[in-house]
Amino acid sequence: MNVRAHMSMLFHLDKCIGCHTCSIACKNLWTDRKGAEYMWWNNVETRPGTGYPTRWEDQRHYRGGWELKGSKLRLRLHSRAGGLGKIFYNPALPTLDDYYEPFTFRYQDLFNAPAGDDQPTAIPISKITGDPLDIQTGPNWDDDLGGSGIYASNDPSLDGVPEEVRRQMNELERVVFNYLPRICNHCLNPACAAACPSGAIYKRAEDGVVLVNENKCRAWRMCVAACPYKKVYYNWSTGKSEKCILCFPRLETGQAPACAHSCVGRIRYMGVLLYDADRIPDAAMVPDEQLVEAHRKVILDPFDPEVIAGARANGIEDSWIEAAQNSPAYKFVKEWGIALPLHAEYRTMAMMYYIPPLSPVVSVIENELFKLDLADERHDFELFQRLDAARLPVKYLANLFSAGNEQIIREVMHKLLAVRLYMRHKTVRGSVNGDTLGYLAEAGLTTEKAEAIYKLTTLPNQKEQFVIPQYHRETAVEAWKDPLAHKGEVGFGFIQPPQRGE
Amino acid sequence: MDWNTFFFSIWPYISLTIFLVVTIYRSILRPFTISSQSSQLLENKRLYWGSISFHYGIVLVLVGHLIALVIPKSVVLWNAAPLRLYLLEITGLGLGLWAVAGLLILVFRRVAVRRVQVVTTPMDAVVLVVLLVSAISGVLVATLYRFGSYWFTGVFSPYLLSLATFSPRIDLVAPLPWLIKLHVINNFVLAAIFPFSRLVHIFTYPIGYLIRPWQIVLWNRKIKAQKIN
Ligand code: HEM
Ligand code: SF4
Repeated sequence: MNVRAHMSMLFHLDKCIGCHTCSIACKNLWTDRKGAEYMWWNNVETRPGTGYPTRWEDQRHYRGGWELKGSKLRLRLHSRAGGLGKIFYNPALPTLDDYYEPFTFRYQDLFNAPAGDDQPTAIPISKITGDPLDIQTGPNWDDDLGGSGIYASNDPSLDGVPEEVRRQMNELERVVFNYLPRICNHCLNPACAAACPSGAIYKRAEDGVVLVNENKCRAWRMCVAACPYKKVYYNWSTGKSEKCILCFPRLETGQAPACAHSCVGRIRYMGVLLYDADRIPDAAMVPDEQLVEAHRKVILDPFDPEVIAGARANGIEDSWIEAAQNSPAYKFVKEWGIALPLHAEYRTMAMMYYIPPLSPVVSVIENELFKLDLADERHDFELFQRLDAARLPVKYLANLFSAGNEQIIREVMHKLLAVRLYMRHKTVRGSVNGDTLGYLAEAGLTTEKAEAIYKLTTLPNQKEQFVIPQYHRETAVEAWKDPLAHKGEVGFGFIQPPQRGE
Repeated sequence: MDWNTFFFSIWPYISLTIFLVVTIYRSILRPFTISSQSSQLLENKRLYWGSISFHYGIVLVLVGHLIALVIPKSVVLWNAAPLRLYLLEITGLGLGLWAVAGLLILVFRRVAVRRVQVVTTPMDAVVLVVLLVSAISGVLVATLYRFGSYWFTGVFSPYLLSLATFSPRIDLVAPLPWLIKLHVINNFVLAAIFPFSRLVHIFTYPIGYLIRPWQIVLWNRKIKAQKIN
């Protein structure tokens, strides 16, 4: 057993209102720079939809992540020698047009235009060339366009959803969408790191943050293509790759990442997970439908004395072990089993987790009135029995969150619905009947667990939402360096001027 | 001092000194600036034709030069049979032309594509021009002064060796036609601008990728050294 610690974020999708506050907080803090204008380390996309960059999940095109070939795990992008051969031109690299061309408006024209008969306007210009731009697309161009034929129906994760259901999802009465906020998943088996010919990308053992060493990056730009989530971005101005850093400077000072901290819906949780690094290779190589289960097994029980001993042996402080015991991530992922990694089939073992969204019940129109496709009173009960009537197809959620394994989605949905039923009866009716308890039991929950899930879902205070232990930076390697030499090197920003071609 | 003395016994040393000192300085003290400065994100299609042709052409031609320099005898022996000489010459010329074609596409792309234009520095332009002179003069030498793979070993292998031993033999190169001289002088220009340009990316060719572990996990703390209590 080789115990390491990980800071993991958890997204409760039922709570996301798609306001993009998270994206803006991140942009203002990290990517409001030349060359980074088009980057959204945190983005929120409407699903079903094509996402950002467009159709990023289409790995036949972008060749991201790992694939299981026989008994070997291979990068979909390249073999080692193949990578060196393709270094002069990377066939799978997305271009700027797959994201969008960043733009601003020429506001000065409003002041400087000569007097005339027409009102001056601020025309859009490209942030790269400065030329006038006919804007064709932009960040979140497809925001809230659930059900549209251009965006939603081109969602790669709709693969395998029956034609009839897909057609229904296009009908106005049955339109459904949810939001999917995405940051770097700080994977246990990162494809970006494996694909980097220079070895510039590494994972921090203390907290699992995956970082690009900008001094070692040589712009071979393999990481951009290899990341199946398209969360490594190439800065066209500095000639270096950049990615979400999980706000490690904030974490190290006890604050939650900016996206999580600013989240209006309070959908985000942060917590420590202990994992067994020795189990990673096996867990990344099981057949698709077992991936989620294998992934869960890599995460260790922080109350197990053996695990605690292993953690201490690896130099993990007691404050971190304690944080792992109080971790909301551990509760949602392991204890309650309702949070899942995004696209486990990419086999990078993503360490950010999602609680899938519940959806309204499919409705039909009868006599010009919307009618729920279920017996009147007991909608949730019926939904519980007939998950297939949910507007978001189980198959779709399974494609997103469980590598296609519908059974896992059903289990998670049952738990979420059972908690909803239980709490509704308790708070609205004032009593919980036997039926409800039956459903709770069927979902594999006890009343205590249901209450705990409810409480952490709806009423957490910030200390319960973000359990961030002390980072003990005083013990980091820099402590062995001359403090004056060190002083000149730290801080955000470029240590050397980032001009091109220097 | 005549021009031959300057260009063939002084300029090479100036050029190589700049090349070595600045490259080493930059690699060690300014690593952030070292990058191939890929512009593929901004333009994809022309780069495909330009970059692949240019790089495969130029790298293989360079390797050819290197082989002739390091093992001249074996090259001469190989060339003893006319068929093999023709084969080598045609291959070399083909690669050279391939590189020139690629280079022309790259230059065209830098000039014509607006997005690439804005990320082109003056140094990028200088590099492309110098490379173009190098490649075109090289191809011309190969066609006008036949069987370079034959005479290179007799002229340049000993000349470059004499440079390395600090006793430059100008007599070897002074009588050569001006075109060949231009090719040589220009390549020392290339060496001199090398460390100031994106060309430093050549020295960071990540050959270690063939053997490094897939994943790199770093501990921030020195656990072992830290076991105090
Ligand atoms: C063998 C190792 C080499 C590797 C791995 C390599 C790799 C690269 C890469 C990745 C790029 C960026 C292409 C892009 O825009 O995406 C590039 C550009 C370039 N390389 Fe190399 N290269 C090598 C050798 C050379 C050599 C030997 C030369 C010339 C003597 C050279 C000259 C250039 C030039 C001039 C560019 C800029 C092209 C442009 O106008 O965009 N490279 N190289
Ligand atoms: S800030 Fe929170 S609620 Fe708003 S879009 Fe981002 S994740 Fe969703």
